[in-house]
Amino acid sequence: MTGAALAVLGQTDTQPLIQWSWITDNFDEIASRAVQHVWLTVVSVAVALVIAFPFAVLANRYRWVIPPVTWVSSILYTIPALAVIALLIPITGLSLTTVAIPLISYNILILFRNTLAGLDGVDADVKEAAIGMGLSRRQLLWRVEIPLAMPVIIAGLRIATVSSIGLVTIAALIGRGGFGQFIIQGLNEFFWTPLVVGVVLSVAFALLADLLLVLFQRLATPWARAAGVRAVAT
Amino acid sequence: MTTMISLEEVEKRFDGAAAPAVGSLSFEIAEGELVALVGPSGCGKTTTLKMINRLIEPTGGRIVLDGENVLDQDPVALRRGIGYVIQHVGLLPHRTIRENMATVPRLLDWEDARVASRIDELTEIFDLAPDLLDRYPAELSGGQRQRVGVARALAADPPVMLMDEPFAAVDPIVRGRLQEEFLGIQARLQKTIVFVTHDIDEAIKMSDRIAILNVGGVLEQYAPAEEILRAPTNDFVREFVGAERGLKRLALIKVGDLEIEDGPVVAPTATVEEARRAIDASGFDWVSVVADGELLGWVDRDALAGRTTVSEVTPRRFSAYVTARDSLRQALDSIVTSRTGVAVVATEGQHYRGILTLERISREIIS
Repeated sequence: MTGAALAVLGQTDTQPLIQWSWITDNFDEIASRAVQHVWLTVVSVAVALVIAFPFAVLANRYRWVIPPVTWVSSILYTIPALAVIALLIPITGLSLTTVAIPLISYNILILFRNTLAGLDGVDADVKEAAIGMGLSRRQLLWRVEIPLAMPVIIAGLRIATVSSIGLVTIAALIGRGGFGQFIIQGLNEFFWTPLVVGVVLSVAFALLADLLLVLFQRLATPWARAAGVRAVAT
Repeated sequence: MTTMISLEEVEKRFDGAAAPAVGSLSFEIAEGELVALVGPSGCGKTTTLKMINRLIEPTGGRIVLDGENVLDQDPVALRRGIGYVIQHVGLLPHRTIRENMATVPRLLDWEDARVASRIDELTEIFDLAPDLLDRYPAELSGGQRQRVGVARALAADPPVMLMDEPFAAVDPIVRGRLQEEFLGIQARLQKTIVFVTHDIDEAIKMSDRIAILNVGGVLEQYAPAEEILRAPTNDFVREFVGAERGLKRLALIKVGDLEIEDGPVVAPTATVEEARRAIDASGFDWVSVVADGELLGWVDRDALAGRTTVSEVTPRRFSAYVTARDSLRQALDSIVTSRTGVAVVATEGQHYRGILTLERISREIIS
């Protein structure tokens, strides 16, 4: 990889950074890779949230849930993505599922920790007053705990989303890497344009997704600015 | 008086604790009564309070609220019928003040119009600025949050309120104001209130009766403040009530509760001879000058020298006077700060009623 990168650097004199004709010629390909990248990101974050959320709610109430969930998700987190993909190929083939599984498993740890931190951070006095006024456990969870944990949960979603967008590119090795496909292509062909397109689009997508989540948080938690709440990230 | 809350041999043992937090506690609270639970930490006062709305489950005994054992009721429904205020208020930070106040009415499925008119009513009762209603709790001062907390607890007009150190988290000046305000509201609403505090002075000021608890939920004395100060049942109560028992009692007794002495009085038309006789009879060296009931002031022996009638002397005004509604504590203050060494008692319209002496006040405290 380093050799290839150096080779690319060596050719900067003879090759423009961007060949605009390549972009127009490959527009359909870029569009379909964009869909793939977005889809993989959304699925890996959404599925991880669906798995992590109930565990976090349980862990908030029953502390003994924390160690096993943390162990399992931490072990998953430490396995290199490439190894997971390689191991999964015999089972799920060169499919999007093969890519989604490691992404989901990484996001579970991030989202479990943040959701738990968010729920744990809800002021005990607020909960006591709410129960004292006659909210049921379920009402307490949905009307008080989850809304108040929202800034920290969204902070977790931002980390998971941005890191997933970066990780998706690795799946280019099996042809499912979204914008990563262009990066691989550029490196293989010593060709600047797809490499730049891949990197720029991937970064732009990450920034855009992060921005959207920030906007969502502002809209969803108007009270947080009044309270000066600062989201903590694990 | 009908009983609103009755604790019958209530017991709470926490898992793994050697001794029960509350042993076997029994007492009754009448409808419309404000009872303060006081005691040192570990006396189980907060535990007792929380057993009434079942935030803590008793392990023994019965708690009868308005004729029904709370242990037979659904705890969630029970709590919606009881106002609850805690020290740090616990307003929902993500809801506006209006939404916070509407919490229990909404849980009870009140219609929108009824909720809105109730919030208007509460805003008025608690003298809240209407523009606060659409703010979030974090945008309010500590005192405002406390008031909203009490207003929220009263939103569904519950007959019973449980208050756990409701004014402890604000500074003393704000606390005093909130206490006064709340007493005014309570005088109108006549709720049955259980009020936990560690501050005996707050208990004396706020409550109709005080329950003094010892460690393990032992009820040492249950009586009106005046009685607890006058006749503490044992050393524990005496020590808990603390120093200055006499002074604290003075704050609870009104000037009007005492027989007031006439004191030395003359009319302006009286002769100096008559004035001197009045002074001699009283044992003071001055005499009040009263014309048709109106208090003009006082003159002393020296000022009368060389005159023939009292009217020739301009009476000196009393620097302060007290009315029947003032406390003996205020009367005492008047005594120690006046040249004459007595508190003059007058009506609101400055009509002379008599005097209070230090001796008379101390006789009241000793008796």
